[in-house]
Amino acid sequence: FFKNIHKKNQLNFEFRRFSVDRVKPGKFEEFYKLILHIHRIANMEVMIGYADVHGDLLPINNDDNFCKAVSTAHPLLRIFIQRQEEVDYANFGTNTITRKKKAVVALRNNDVNRKRPHIRIGMPQDFRPVSSIIDVDILPESHRRVRLYRHGSDKPLGFYIRDGTSVRVTPHGLEKVPGIFISRLVPGGLAESTGLLAVNDEVLEVNGIEVTGKSLDQVTDMMIANSHNLIVTVKPVNQRNNVVRSSRISGSSGQSSDSSGSTGYPSLSVASGGLVPSGAHGYQDDLESDEDADIVIESSLKRPSQRSNASLAYQLHRDLNLHSNPALRHSNGSLHKILSSLKTDPRHSLALPRGGVEEDGTVITL
Amino acid sequence: MKRFRRHGQESQRDRLKQELFQFNKTVEHGFPHQPSALGYSPSLQLLAIGTRSGAIKLYGAPGVEFMGLHDENAAVTQVHFMPHQVELVTLLDDNSLHMWTLRGHKGLSELLEIGRFTLTGPPGAPPSVTRVTAVLAHASGELLLLGTEGGHVFIVEVPGFRELEERNISLDQVAASVPDDYIGRRNLEHVEALQENPINPNQVVIGYGRGLMVIWDLEKQCAIQHIPATQQLESVWWTEDGSYILSSHSDGSYCRWMVGGEDVNEEEEKSDIPYGHFPCKAISKIIQLPTEEGPPFLLFSGGMPRASYGDRHCITVIHSKTHVALDFTSRIIDFFVIRDGLQHTGDPSALVVLVEEELVVIDLQTDCWPVIQTPYLVPLHSSAITCSHHVSAIPLKLWERVITAGELQHTHYSKKPWPITGGQNLAPDPPQRDLLLTGHEDGTVHFWDASGVCLYPLYKLSTAGVFHTDTDPNDNMNQGAEGEWPPFRKVGCFDPYSDDPRLGIQKIHLCKYSGYLTVAGTAGQILVLELNDEAAEQTVEAKVVDLLQGQEGFRWKGHTRLDVREEPVLFPPGFQPFALVQCQPPAVVTALTLHSEWKLVAFGTSHGFGLYDYQQKNNVLIKCTLNPSDQLAMEGPLSRVKSIKKSLRQSFRRIRRSRVSLRKHHVNNTAKLQEANARLEAELAEMELAPVQRKIEARSSDDSFTGLVRTLYFADTFLSDSSHNAPSLWAGTNGGCVFAYMLRLPPVEHRADEPVTAQPAKEIQLMHRAPVVGIVVLDGHGAPLPEPLEVAHDLSRSPDMQGSHQLLVISEEQFKVFTLPKVSAKMKLKLTAVDGSRVRRVGVAWFCSSRTEDYGESGLTVLTNQGDVHVVSLPHVKMQVQYPCIRREDVSGIASCVFTKHGQGFYLISPSEFERFSLSTCHLVEPRCLVEAPLHSGSSNQHRSQPDGASSAHRTRQESEDAEVLQEIQKSLEGDQTSFLENNVKSAVA
Repeated sequence: FFKNIHKKNQLNFEFRRFSVDRVKPGKFEEFYKLILHIHRIANMEVMIGYADVHGDLLPINNDDNFCKAVSTAHPLLRIFIQRQEEVDYANFGTNTITRKKKAVVALRNNDVNRKRPHIRIGMPQDFRPVSSIIDVDILPESHRRVRLYRHGSDKPLGFYIRDGTSVRVTPHGLEKVPGIFISRLVPGGLAESTGLLAVNDEVLEVNGIEVTGKSLDQVTDMMIANSHNLIVTVKPVNQRNNVVRSSRISGSSGQSSDSSGSTGYPSLSVASGGLVPSGAHGYQDDLESDEDADIVIESSLKRPSQRSNASLAYQLHRDLNLHSNPALRHSNGSLHKILSSLKTDPRHSLALPRGGVEEDGTVITL
Repeated sequence: MKRFRRHGQESQRDRLKQELFQFNKTVEHGFPHQPSALGYSPSLQLLAIGTRSGAIKLYGAPGVEFMGLHDENAAVTQVHFMPHQVELVTLLDDNSLHMWTLRGHKGLSELLEIGRFTLTGPPGAPPSVTRVTAVLAHASGELLLLGTEGGHVFIVEVPGFRELEERNISLDQVAASVPDDYIGRRNLEHVEALQENPINPNQVVIGYGRGLMVIWDLEKQCAIQHIPATQQLESVWWTEDGSYILSSHSDGSYCRWMVGGEDVNEEEEKSDIPYGHFPCKAISKIIQLPTEEGPPFLLFSGGMPRASYGDRHCITVIHSKTHVALDFTSRIIDFFVIRDGLQHTGDPSALVVLVEEELVVIDLQTDCWPVIQTPYLVPLHSSAITCSHHVSAIPLKLWERVITAGELQHTHYSKKPWPITGGQNLAPDPPQRDLLLTGHEDGTVHFWDASGVCLYPLYKLSTAGVFHTDTDPNDNMNQGAEGEWPPFRKVGCFDPYSDDPRLGIQKIHLCKYSGYLTVAGTAGQILVLELNDEAAEQTVEAKVVDLLQGQEGFRWKGHTRLDVREEPVLFPPGFQPFALVQCQPPAVVTALTLHSEWKLVAFGTSHGFGLYDYQQKNNVLIKCTLNPSDQLAMEGPLSRVKSIKKSLRQSFRRIRRSRVSLRKHHVNNTAKLQEANARLEAELAEMELAPVQRKIEARSSDDSFTGLVRTLYFADTFLSDSSHNAPSLWAGTNGGCVFAYMLRLPPVEHRADEPVTAQPAKEIQLMHRAPVVGIVVLDGHGAPLPEPLEVAHDLSRSPDMQGSHQLLVISEEQFKVFTLPKVSAKMKLKLTAVDGSRVRRVGVAWFCSSRTEDYGESGLTVLTNQGDVHVVSLPHVKMQVQYPCIRREDVSGIASCVFTKHGQGFYLISPSEFERFSLSTCHLVEPRCLVEAPLHSGSSNQHRSQPDGASSAHRTRQESEDAEVLQEIQKSLEGDQTSFLENNVKSAVA
C-alpha cells in the first residue's frame, strides 16, 4: 500500500504529500534523495525528522530509524525537513549523512519547535552516551551492569555509598555478609537521572573488579579513580517488585531498551542490551586511551617573556585559534563553549576539534 | 608456543623476584608503649619489660634484645626471672602465669613461651582466693610462691607448674597464730609482698595488706615470727645480712624491724616518715643496700607530701649525707639497683628506673649521680615526632663530625659504660652508616644512628633559638632553689609539652656530601643550616616570601609568622642556621628539597612554592598554585580532627601551666583532664552519629587544597630539546598538576654575583586529578637520576645522558611514565582503579640479588593507605611484590613511614616506637644474639637470691666461680662485647 506522507519545510512552510511503500521502504539515502528531489532543493543540506506516535520529533538519518519511522505511520507520517544551517549543525561538519552511528537515540521533544526553540533534535553524532546497561547476556538476571559516562558531562555523578549487610545463599544456608550499598542519589545528578541505580542497590563490582572484602573507603576510591568511565555492577533492590516499585525507573535491562520508554528523561540515552555490548566495548577502548589525555602545556623556552602567569585557558585559546580546524574558526561561539567546558573536562572538548587524531594525550605545542 | 615461552620468562622473573625481595619486620626501636612491669636477672644481666598490650621485651648488652607477645591481650603486671636460670615468669592482668625461656637455635637464642598456668581454687571459692597479687621466684629455681587476694600463699613447682597443695600456706594457718592483741587480726587482707631471707631461703616473709608480716619457715611449715605493723603495707625488703626487715606503708612511712630467732622483738626498731609533718603519699617500694665501707644506700619511691607534691613522680636516694629526690616526668613503674662484683653483691653501681615514658639509669658511683646515656630504649617521643627523614650510607667524615657535635652535648652524662651487659650480640657489623632524622613538635631535630639494631641518639639540633617564643626561660626552672625540701632533682628527657606549636618541624632534607641541611616547620619557616665544628655567634637573615603573589580576597585565619630574633645568636658546634625563609601566609611547609651542588632550596605550602638561592640569599622563583575559589586553604588548621587535637593539646598545656603555678591544687588538674576527656568523647560521639556514607564524585578543579604542593624535585634533564640537558625544578600538587621550570645557573666563577633564573617550561594536568606524591626522572638506562654530588663523590656512576630521559609521575592513584623532552604518556600502572588503595608514601630503592652480588635493580617502594607495601619495577612500572605491613586503621603509623634507599623502612607503632621492616633480601637489620645459661645454675642451691632477682651468694663454690671467670675470658677472646671491664659493673637487685 501507499502511505501518504506529509512534509513540511520550515523555511517556507511548504507542504508536500507523497507515498512510500510501507513494506519495502528502501534505503535512507534513496529516501533522502527523493525528498530533495520532491522539494527541488538538491543543493541544500537538510535534516529530516518525523513525528512519532507520541508526537515527539525524531530524526531520520539512517536506514534503521527510517524503517521505524515508516512503520509508525498510521497511515500518515509527518515528516519535517529543515535546513542544516537552521538546525545549527553546521559547526559539526558538513557530511552528516555519511557519519552514522549504530545507536538508537531518543530525545524528548514535543512538536513545539516554535514555542521552545532552544530544544532541538540533534544528529546522533552530536549526542554522547550518558549511561547504558551492558553485558546483559553474560550477567545473572538479578544483576545489572550500569555504565555512567561522566566524561564530558556537567552533571555530578551524584550518589553516595554505605556499608551494609547482604544475605548470600551458601551451602550452609543463608549467610550474612558485609556489602556496599547505594545510600543516596543526589537529585539532578547523573546517577539519579539515568534511573538505572536506586538507593539500597548493592554494589557488586566496580569496573569489573569485585568489591567483596574491600572497605567502604577502598570502594569509594575505586569509583572515584574510575569516575570518567564508571561501570558499576549492582544487584537492584527492587528485584521482585520491579513493576510496582520502579514505575518511574526503567526496571530490568530488557525493557529499558525501548526508546519510547525513556520519554520522561531528558537527554537520556539507553542503549539496548542486544545492541550495546560490542559497541560499548569499542567505546570503552576509546575511553581508555582517552583517559590518558592529560593536558600538557609546553612553554617555548626561547621566549623568556612568557612567565608562569599564562593561564591554561589562555594558552589553549591561542592554540585553538591557530591550529584548530577551519570549521571551528568560523564559529566563535562554539569555541567559547569549548573553552568554558575545558575547565571541567578539557579532554572531551579537545577531542572534538582534533577529531581524535592523537590517541594518547592531546599535547598542544605552542 | 608463544604462550609457553612467555610462561618460561615469567617463572624466571619469579625466581629473580625471590632473590631480590622479601618482607620482614626486623626490630622495634625506641621505648615500649605503656610499660607495665620490670624485671632484672643479675645472673643473666638481662632486663625485662612487660607492657599493657601483653608484650615482653628483654634487653642486655646493646644489640641484644628479644621480644615475645602473649596470646592473651592482657597487660603484663609482673615479670620475674627464675634465679640463675634462663627462664622467666610473667603474671598477666587476667591472672594467668606464663613461663618463658631463652632457647638456643642455630647458634642464636630465641624467646619462647613454654608454659602457662592459672591457679584453681577449691570448688565454689570466690575468684579472689586465687587472684595472684604477689609472686616470689624462689632461690631454688624450682618453686614459685604465689600470694593471693584471699590471703593465701600457693606453692607451685616450676617449670611444670605443678601445684604442691600440701605446702600451701593458707590464711587460716597464719591467722591462728596471730597474737590476740593485733588490731587487724580479723582481716589480714591480701598478700601484698613475699620476700625470701637472703641467707636462708627456707624462710620467707609474707606481708599482708593490713600491715601484718609473718616470717614463715617453708620446711617446718610454721610461723617463726610476727611483725605487727598497723599501717597499710606497700612493700617489704629483707636486708642482705638477714637481720632486718624494712616495710613501707601507705601513709608515707617506713619501718625497720629486727629479725629475731624468737618471737620477742615486736617493737619496730625505727620508724620514719621521711617527708613528714603533713600527710604523705604511700612509699610504694623500698630498698636498702650495703656498701663495703660506709653507710648503706636507702632508696624508695613515693612518700611525697600529699598536698604540695602529690603529683610528683619521685624516687628518693639516701646515702650518707646525700639525699636526693629524683623527680621524673612520668609515672614510676618500677626500679632496681645493679651491684658491682662477679656475684653482683658489691656496692650499688647504678639505679635503673622504668617510668611510663622512658628508662633512666643513674650512676651511683660518680659524684652527683649523673645519668648514664641509654644505648637503646631511648624515648623517641621526648617531644612528639612530627616527621622523619632517612639518609643512607653517610660518608665517614660527616658521620664523625656529627658524632663530635653530639658528644659536646652529652657532657652531662656519666662516663661509665652501660651497666646492663647480658648476652652476646652476634649480628654482623652494619654494612654502612645510616642516619635517621626525626623532627619534633618542639622544633628540635634528633639525629639517630640507624645503622644497627640499637637506634642510638647521636646529636640533637634545636631551631627554637632562632625565634622569639612564648617560653618564659624561668618556666622550667623549678629545679629548686638551695635548701628546698624535698631536695628535688629533675631527671629524664621526656617532655611532651611544646612551648610553641609553630616551631614543629615538618620537613627535613640533609645533603650527606656537603653537610647542608634544610628544615621546615609548621609556621612556614624554612631554615638552611651548615655543619660547623666551632661555636659561632651569628644573625640569621630572614626573607619573607609572599606565596599569594597578589591573589586577592583571601584572609589567613591561621597562626602568625614566627618572630625572628634580630640580635646575633650563639649557636653551639653542629648544624648552625645561616638563612631563613618565611612563607606568607605562614602555612605549614608541605614539601622541601635541597640541591647542594646548585645551592638551591625549593619549598612549598598549600599556597604555592618557591625557589631560594642560599648562596646569594635571595628568591629565584615564587609560584602561587592556589585555586582562587579555594577558601579552605586560607583557614589555617587543616581539618576538624586536627582542631580536636589542638584543643586537647591546649587543655593539657593549661593543665600543665596550672600544675606549675598551682602546685597545691592537683585535684583541680584531674578535674580539668576529665573535662577535656569528656569534651573529646562528646566530639567523637558526634562524629560517629553522622551516617557513614561516602560521596562518589569525580575530582574537580574546584576541590579544596588542589594547590597544595606535595612534592618538589630537582633534576638535570632534557626539558627543551633532546640534545641539551639543563637543571630543572619540578613541583607536583594535590590537584594532580605538575609544573616544570628550567633553571639557568651562572658559571661557577660567577655563582656568587650573577642571578639564578627560572622559567616555566611545562605544565601537566593529570586527567585523574589525584595528588602528585612523587616525581622522578629516569635516565637513558631507565635508572633514577643520582643525588646531587653523588657522582662528584664517585659514589654513583654518572647518569646516561645519551638516551632519552623519562619522567615518572607518581600520583596517589597511579604511576605514569612520560617521555622527555616532549611530554607524552608512555606507560602507566593504575593502582586505585584496580584495588582501591592509594599511594601514601613512595621511595626509590636499590635492590641487590641475594644470589649474586653483581645483579641489582632499582624499584619504587610504595606504602598504600591500606597499609600494604609494594615494590614497583623501574622503568617499566610493573607491580613486583605486595605485602601487608601496617594495619589500615593505623593512620598515624602509615603517615609516619619512611623508606631507605636500600629497601628498608621505619614506621611508628606507638608515639615512642619505630618498627623497622625490610623489603630487601640483602639489607636486613635484625637482632642476632645469644644468651647462655649461667654455668652454675645446677648448683643454685648454693646461691641466695632475693625474690626479684637480687642475688647475694654468701658461699659460692669456688669451682663455679672459676668456671664463670673462664667463660668470661673465653667470651672476650671471641671478640664479644662483654669485656672484663664490664664485669666489674655486674650486679643485682630489684
